[in-house]
Amino acid sequence: MVTSLYKFETENLNAWFGSKQVLRNINMKIREKAVTAVIGPSGCGKTTFIRCLNRMHEIVPNAKVSGRVLFNGIDIYNEDIDSVRIRRKMGMVFQKPNPFPMMSIYDNVAAGLKLNGVGDKQKLDSVVERSLKLAILWDEVKDDLNKSGASLSGGQQQRLCMARALAVEPEVMLMDEPCSALDPMATAKIETLIRMLAEDYTVVIVTHNMQQAARVSDFTAFLYLGELVEYGHTKDIFENPKNELTAKYITGEFG
Amino acid sequence: MDNYEIRKIKDRLMQILVCLALLVALIPLFSILWEVILKGAPSINLNFLTQPTPTVGEVGGGAANAIQGTLIAVGLASLIGVPLGIVSGIFLSEYSEAKLSLAVRFFNDVLNGFPSIVIGIFGYTLIVLSIGFSVIAAAFALAIIMIPIVTRTTEEVLKLVPATVREAAIALGIPRWRTIISVVLSGARKGIATGILLSLARIAGESAPVLVTMGYWRWWFAGLDMPVANLALNVYIFAISPFESWRALAWGSSLVLILLILGANVIVRAFTKEKY
Repeated sequence: MVTSLYKFETENLNAWFGSKQVLRNINMKIREKAVTAVIGPSGCGKTTFIRCLNRMHEIVPNAKVSGRVLFNGIDIYNEDIDSVRIRRKMGMVFQKPNPFPMMSIYDNVAAGLKLNGVGDKQKLDSVVERSLKLAILWDEVKDDLNKSGASLSGGQQQRLCMARALAVEPEVMLMDEPCSALDPMATAKIETLIRMLAEDYTVVIVTHNMQQAARVSDFTAFLYLGELVEYGHTKDIFENPKNELTAKYITGEFG
Repeated sequence: MDNYEIRKIKDRLMQILVCLALLVALIPLFSILWEVILKGAPSINLNFLTQPTPTVGEVGGGAANAIQGTLIAVGLASLIGVPLGIVSGIFLSEYSEAKLSLAVRFFNDVLNGFPSIVIGIFGYTLIVLSIGFSVIAAAFALAIIMIPIVTRTTEEVLKLVPATVREAAIALGIPRWRTIISVVLSGARKGIATGILLSLARIAGESAPVLVTMGYWRWWFAGLDMPVANLALNVYIFAISPFESWRALAWGSSLVLILLILGANVIVRAFTKEKY
């Protein structure tokens, strides 16, 4: 197998909700072990885009996808591919923190393994500890592992969700506006965490906060009305945009 | 009088109206409870709880066989009705993109409004005609009364579990069936328990379908293909009897019926108590 610099390659990716097309011919290569930010005004399709990367788009009734998404060189939309298995290789963090409400902190983190049949207590213990440490939450919750996940603050809940996603040892972290419900302090923590994760994981983050994209990402993609307008090094996109639309968006003329 | 004063008066008026309406709704509830306790409590004694139905002329006797019979009939009905109801509720809430669910929901609502005597006759033609009056036939009819209630409440409470929680589980690579059982259902335990209790309370007091599927039986449990005694029928038969001591048994049976439902409530609530 040829080792590629790219974790994902999308080829003519189109996506629909019913008859409404939300993504148009997206061709994009996403670098491994780097942070790629997807920016654009509301409704431009950025959330749909990352949901196509782990086949979450298709769980919405009437949603449709065409084109290819190569993950490690393999088309995840191939008929032989089991979507459930593919999702285990990608962690996802959502806009609003969504810990499982009836589970303890421990069970939240262990859920991905436990519900897939891992019962070995020692293994679970070590995975929970490792994941919570990775998500920089361990020191805050290590004495309260049996408390409800919902009892944590919003920022802690979001880091708990990251720990939960990291526990299944994914290769990729997909984040859909992970800070939009958080205050600046909690946001700063999550951003530090994203930078740390980029050393071992491929991170794709959707954000409507351009400063955030500039701060955390190595590459930035600008989407507008379902089309990929511009994609490149974050520095180039923000300092020297080639497309007029990109320039207008990042200077705040619209959006 | 300025605007603020008028608004305050309106607010006060509304408050009084709401409290009055509540009072009116509660009066019959408490007067029934009061009456049943007042007249039923004196007849509940050791005899009542240990002896079967008395025959004419017999002194004493109790409703122990009816308590046993009601528990058996309701228990059997729950064994059939609760799983079917929960699974149908899951289907309606979790697989609702299926066109079939529209039809299922509609017929479920229709079934919910069916007169119980009609369901009794259904049980009669389907089971009684082949194996005779029996607790099985009664349990079958009662289960059919339970199913739409359990289905409806299960569907409603499952819909209250946020979609984001389901998505989190699916994104973790947890299969859909496992997500439903371990994440969605466990989050809705309490609501489902309420639905089951509602249906239990409803069937424990049913008399018409019981009458046509197993009739009145004054002895102990004698096998699943035989009838059992029943508290609701006890109330009916004894209440219209000419003997003072039998009418006391009717009141006692009413009270026990209410206490059984109350007891089931307490037990189920204790088991589904939320940890957090």
